Amino acid sequence: MARDLILEIGVEEIPSVYMNKAIADLKTIAIQKLSDARLSYKGIESFGSPRRLTLLVEQLEEQQPDAVIANRGPKKSIAFDPEGKPSKAGLGFARSQKVDFKDLEVREVGGIEYIFVIKKEQGNASTAILPGIMQDIIHGLSFPKSMRWGYYHTRFARPIRWLLALFGNDKVALQIENIASGCYTYGHRFLSRGPLEVKNPRDYFRVLKENYVILNQEERKELIRQQVADAAANAGGRPMEDDDLLEEVNYLLEYPTAFYGSFSSSYLEVPPEVLTTTMIEHQRYFPVFDSSGKLMPGFIGVRNGTDHSLDVVRAGNERVLKARLEDALFFWKEDIRKPLEDMVQGLGDVLFHERLGSIMDKVERLKNLALYIGQVCGLSDEKTLKRAAHLCKADLLSNMVYEFPELQGIMGRYYALNQGESPEVSEAICEHYLPRFAGDRLPASGSGKVLSLAEKIDNLVGFFAIGIKPSGSQDPYALRRQAMGMVNMILDSGLNLNLASLAGTAYDNYAAVKADSSREDTVAEVVEFIVQRMRGVLLERGFSYDLIDAALAVPSYDITEVYGRITALQELRQSDIFEDYMVVYNRCHNLSKKWEDDTVNADILVDESEINLHRSFSLIKYDVYRSINRRDYLAACKMLADLRPQVDEFFNAVMVMVEDEELKAARLGLLKSIANLCNFIADFSAIVA
Amino acid sequence: MNFQEIILRLQNYWSKQGCIIQQPYDVEKGAGTMNPATFLRSLGPEPWQVSYVEPSRRPTDGRYGENPNRLQHYYQYQVILKPSPDNVIDLYLDSLRDLGIEPDKHDIRLVEDNWESPTLGAWGLGWEIWLDGMEITQFTYFQQCGGFDCYPVCAEITYGLERIAMYIQNRESVFDIEWVDGINYADVHHQAEVDYSRYNFELADVSSLTTMFNLCEQEALNIANRHLPQPAYDYVLKCSHLFNLLDARGTISVTERTGYIARVRNLARLVAGEYLEQRKNLGYPLLKDEELRKSLLSEEEVR
Repeated sequence: MARDLILEIGVEEIPSVYMNKAIADLKTIAIQKLSDARLSYKGIESFGSPRRLTLLVEQLEEQQPDAVIANRGPKKSIAFDPEGKPSKAGLGFARSQKVDFKDLEVREVGGIEYIFVIKKEQGNASTAILPGIMQDIIHGLSFPKSMRWGYYHTRFARPIRWLLALFGNDKVALQIENIASGCYTYGHRFLSRGPLEVKNPRDYFRVLKENYVILNQEERKELIRQQVADAAANAGGRPMEDDDLLEEVNYLLEYPTAFYGSFSSSYLEVPPEVLTTTMIEHQRYFPVFDSSGKLMPGFIGVRNGTDHSLDVVRAGNERVLKARLEDALFFWKEDIRKPLEDMVQGLGDVLFHERLGSIMDKVERLKNLALYIGQVCGLSDEKTLKRAAHLCKADLLSNMVYEFPELQGIMGRYYALNQGESPEVSEAICEHYLPRFAGDRLPASGSGKVLSLAEKIDNLVGFFAIGIKPSGSQDPYALRRQAMGMVNMILDSGLNLNLASLAGTAYDNYAAVKADSSREDTVAEVVEFIVQRMRGVLLERGFSYDLIDAALAVPSYDITEVYGRITALQELRQSDIFEDYMVVYNRCHNLSKKWEDDTVNADILVDESEINLHRSFSLIKYDVYRSINRRDYLAACKMLADLRPQVDEFFNAVMVMVEDEELKAARLGLLKSIANLCNFIADFSAIVA
Repeated sequence: MNFQEIILRLQNYWSKQGCIIQQPYDVEKGAGTMNPATFLRSLGPEPWQVSYVEPSRRPTDGRYGENPNRLQHYYQYQVILKPSPDNVIDLYLDSLRDLGIEPDKHDIRLVEDNWESPTLGAWGLGWEIWLDGMEITQFTYFQQCGGFDCYPVCAEITYGLERIAMYIQNRESVFDIEWVDGINYADVHHQAEVDYSRYNFELADVSSLTTMFNLCEQEALNIANRHLPQPAYDYVLKCSHLFNLLDARGTISVTERTGYIARVRNLARLVAGEYLEQRKNLGYPLLKDEELRKSLLSEEEVR
């Protein structure tokens, strides 16, 4: 027989960011604990809203099956003394297991005999063991930050205020601190009063529904999505799509009602990013766009409740937003009155890092680096780069960025355009922070790319030089993300930058700083760090690890060049010459791998097959070099793969390891020189065929 | 409901819930949390229920009386319930009802807000409480204070009085709040806001303030070492306020800032330790549960 089980942990409002993981953990832990207890069931689900975490187990067995448990003791040779009598260790084991020594069995595990105690464990009624299991589940939950309350020692995301636990129609008795479980739940905080009796697990869902709680988080989310879309459509627009916002709103309420509120269109004078940031970050509203994609003077809020007195709620929210937008408009007007140049002057007083100087120092370094990178990559021009670097940090001293730090760069672009800077300069100011997070867009303009690379290498080298390097989960300055950004930018634009020279130039810019790490060490570490990120980026792009390792085994400071070799390897692997190429390489490499010398004394070759192979190889050798220099790697590989008949013939005809040392040396030298040439673009021994 | 009535109603409400109604503390401070009735009393095992209005100063928030929402001097209404009662949120919501704010006619949310005060070595978890999108209250379960674990944990409820008044009176500027019939907030505070903004941002003498900070720090240390926690704490508060003034003058670099904060935190810790010691020596007089009191005292002797 089986019954449904419901467990509801009633809490004060849990932070929305904890909820997804908490709901998933609840299910995972329950599955684990039920399996440990040998209890089977038909289905298991978990749900959550700000005030509750709920576990539903469908058709849970009423009886735990019996089990045979075999506990292993010491080896037989230890459990018995030389006369075959129980040893101290053997008797000790029996005592610890509370059985007579004579009841122990000998069993073989992996060819060794051990003594075992075999116990029959009688299955319990589920009702007897469920309290313990459910208590374990609750204590098994963990949160990014947990707290204590009152006189209690239990830690949870927020205080636990009630517990409901029903197995079919029966209560399951458990206790967390002063809270004893029962058959009562609570509905919506404001739309329902007092404890609500629940008869059984089915009844639970009905009671919640009648008391304004939409428990199923997916159902609630869909409802919000639909309501928000409808409210926007009624106002003649569409809501901004923002999954993070939707997720957060979903876990801030139990019964959603979306409404449209408006603000004066005079605030649209402020850049749209400022308005959307205010709406989303501060108020959790959905911004609304019209059919042409322009921000409308309105927002969608989602209330936790019904449409009762919705006008009061709307008016209150409109007033709050108005006050915030008024602030934003004030900041905007103040900021655009001030030339960016004035803000630049103040950057000397803003610290970049206590050991790495001010932001002004950084701006000077960025100018040098941008000019260097622009020149090497043939991007942008001196005048634009100098100007963009000069202005790129100015907005840090604007009122708006002080208020909304996430708008750095974006505001700089507006201020630059507003004072008549060129579009390239303005765009570069905005783009030099890109990518801001994993998956963010990369700079599109040439100047933006250059300045972004300059910003990132300056950060990497500066922090590495004073010993601040990412380790484990510690990466306070997001150096990994920045290095990955560099890799993506360089590869996508096919830039040929020597990373060692770049890092060296960045290091020299820090001449005024007392570094912990020498130029040589810093450059080597930063290059290695970037190359490691490249590995990650390429794996993410679907290249297999052996190709990446093979190509990286031929070192290069130019990751675009490395990338070219990896794509060639990928093509080679998929082409019909791959097999021939690998045969040529493997046969030559296997025999000659311990041989260092690749010179060949052709005069002493005797067999026709080896003379033939040597001649064929000599004929293509220089063409292969030329192809490699042209970076036409596939053509080079083709020529080498075409040697297969001659290679096969050679191995059929001659013994390499002959007693004549000179002849052996000539033959090994020939194989070595072929293998070496094969390895010109990658270490093929790393490739898994 | 005028500003004064709001305060009176809150006092009346919390008085009925068994709180002592204390009066504001007579030293400048940034928030009601810094009043010794919160900072010191939240430490140690003794229960404590208190509520009071707290005039609070944040020199950097001054706007010369021109911003409708920002002030360098404003009022908080502070409640401390130690240990935090099980129905603490219901108690709070009833206080709103008492102010005429019916939760089911509005949208009231509890939005995660973790509070941390680096200068006090204190932190807690809780929420901002939103009324139709506006933050009107901060609610915190103290976890640590002065670097010591809080046990039992207290609940701190801090009402933003001006915001609540603006909402109830439907005013768009804090200066338009009606204090009593015929007198508004501007009449009481506007000129002082202008003057303090000027003083805080332009005129406060940096070298005098720095000297005063050093003197107050020394005094706090000396008194704490003589085991007088509250007199010592007065000087910690003075240090904190002097630091805020220096900060408003814009003369503290990021590095120096960290240094000043660490200095105040060290003082706060020292005083918190002295206070705990003192209460133990007094035998935890507010602990009415005789058994608990004895067990705590003997437990600590063993340690």
